[in-house]
Amino acid sequence: MSVFLIRRLFGAIVVMWAVATLVFFMLRIVPGDPIAAMLADAGGPDEIAAMRAKLGLDQSMLVQYFKWFALMLEGDLGTSLYGSHQPVTQIILEALPRTLSLALIAFVIAVAIAVPAGIISATRRNTATDTAVSFAAFLGLSMPDFWLAILLIIVFAANLQWLPAIGYVPLSEGFWPWLKHLILPAIAVGTAFSAIIARMIRSALLEVLKADYMRTAAAKGLTGRKMMLGHALPNAMIPVITVIGIAFALLISGAVVVENVFAIKGLGRVLIEGILNRDYPVVQGAVLIVSAFFVLSNLLVDLLYGVIDPRIRYS
Amino acid sequence: MTDAALDAPALPKRRSRLRATLARDRKAQMGLIVLALFVIGAVFAPWLSPGDPNDMSMDMMSGLSWAHPLGTDDLGRDLLSRILHGTQVSLFIGVSTVLIALVIGVTLGLIAGYFGGWIDLVIMRYIDLQWAFPNFIIAVYLVAVFGTGLLNVIVAISLAFIDDFARVARSMTLSLREEQYVDAARTLGFSDLRILFIHILPNATAPIIVQATVSISYAILGEASLSFLGLGVDADTPTWGLILADGRGFISQAWWLGVFPGLAIMLVVLSINFIGDWLRDALDVRQSI
Repeated sequence: MSVFLIRRLFGAIVVMWAVATLVFFMLRIVPGDPIAAMLADAGGPDEIAAMRAKLGLDQSMLVQYFKWFALMLEGDLGTSLYGSHQPVTQIILEALPRTLSLALIAFVIAVAIAVPAGIISATRRNTATDTAVSFAAFLGLSMPDFWLAILLIIVFAANLQWLPAIGYVPLSEGFWPWLKHLILPAIAVGTAFSAIIARMIRSALLEVLKADYMRTAAAKGLTGRKMMLGHALPNAMIPVITVIGIAFALLISGAVVVENVFAIKGLGRVLIEGILNRDYPVVQGAVLIVSAFFVLSNLLVDLLYGVIDPRIRYS
Repeated sequence: MTDAALDAPALPKRRSRLRATLARDRKAQMGLIVLALFVIGAVFAPWLSPGDPNDMSMDMMSGLSWAHPLGTDDLGRDLLSRILHGTQVSLFIGVSTVLIALVIGVTLGLIAGYFGGWIDLVIMRYIDLQWAFPNFIIAVYLVAVFGTGLLNVIVAISLAFIDDFARVARSMTLSLREEQYVDAARTLGFSDLRILFIHILPNATAPIIVQATVSISYAILGEASLSFLGLGVDADTPTWGLILADGRGFISQAWWLGVFPGLAIMLVVLSINFIGDWLRDALDVRQSI
């Protein structure tokens, strides 16, 4: 287990390094010099030259790379070119709890809906209930998250006024104020995720229900509920977990878009504002952290396999 | 024996299976009809539109009427005309990006799977790296690097989808290259290129078609998201995402601005997902997302 853990962790670090390197060079070798375009707003040629010197852009690319890399290892991602020239690390540390909170609530809501929906539609296969769940899942998959966000705001914030339409309140100011601001964005982010998991649970369960040990369990006289929770579900979890890992991409992409609708200044908002302001240190930092988030969550999923299914041995 | 003769038995069977499963699949029938309507709407947009999509008028935010079946926006532009023209952009980007990604990705996957060794290693290292990231984040970053605009958006979305196709094509190639007819072709001295594209590729089409269908729906959603965020085609081309972004501030006075463009996206994506599901069933491709 520990050998596997170390190897897997090492793999994740290599991926992160490759990503950081790719992100760094992409901005610099692409024809048209995107950085020049970003600096074009700085003023005349003298100002641009001064800016380049200040940012170390007048040095050779390799020197820049190693300097940037060394600073990054110390946790220094540079400073924003825009506004009050805040350090990028600070911007990201402020944004991170917002995105993590959003992703967490989205995940909880999505799983809370998907698991029962998947089980019900598998046990009542080909009934009206199953058809309804499957249709709902299709709708969830096909609805653009930002549109769902707008609809939720129209209904629950503007008309019914049950929940706030925009903003974020940190957890330190109370659980309910924090949760209240996250419910609508989390539903918008989690819907597609939930739809994928519900479909996967259904098909994994249908597969498992055909197995011999399920027949044995029935022959032993186990009740439907015991069979489902004790035998079928644990065995169906492996493919479901794999899909959860892949579908994390949807949660992260969703958060990036939906944060912009609800004016939550999380990583997604920081990333998009960075792009629109041509603030490349911020863009670089945000892409890096979003990627790290994704790589880590996938690592977590890999480790979960062993917890869920003791038959899986890491070697 | 000709190459065509080798593939001949498989094709009619597949066609009849497609037809047979479609007859039973209500969702797929609905999907095909709705999608066909949107395609017609896109092709004939200039004739079907009540007006020019960018023509402003004093008739601002007026509700649904005969002159403006879906109402007008804050600048008095006709919403139906804008959505119809947006359909052109969405469908064009959805199909073109997936075609580009398919050609590049499948070629990479075929080469990696067929030749193996260091070629496979190099290609797959890259594909695995790209695989480690959400497609949408890749597209956003590429737009950040290349800038906005139609061509850049197409490049960004196509590149983001390459890994999906490369993986599918590689895994198919790995199993197909062990088939006897590939051995036979090799014994006959056919070139690798001929074996790859004439013997292996036609037998690997089922999962590629399914992947392409799924990808088109994601590409359309991706383009809409980019446009919505202001990272899309440009401010003068009406796209579904942009229409929604423009209308966002006026939704409380004009609900149609928030509802119809999103409905268009959803209907098209839903139709494609229904079709994809039918194809997956009919072509007997293992479930994946």
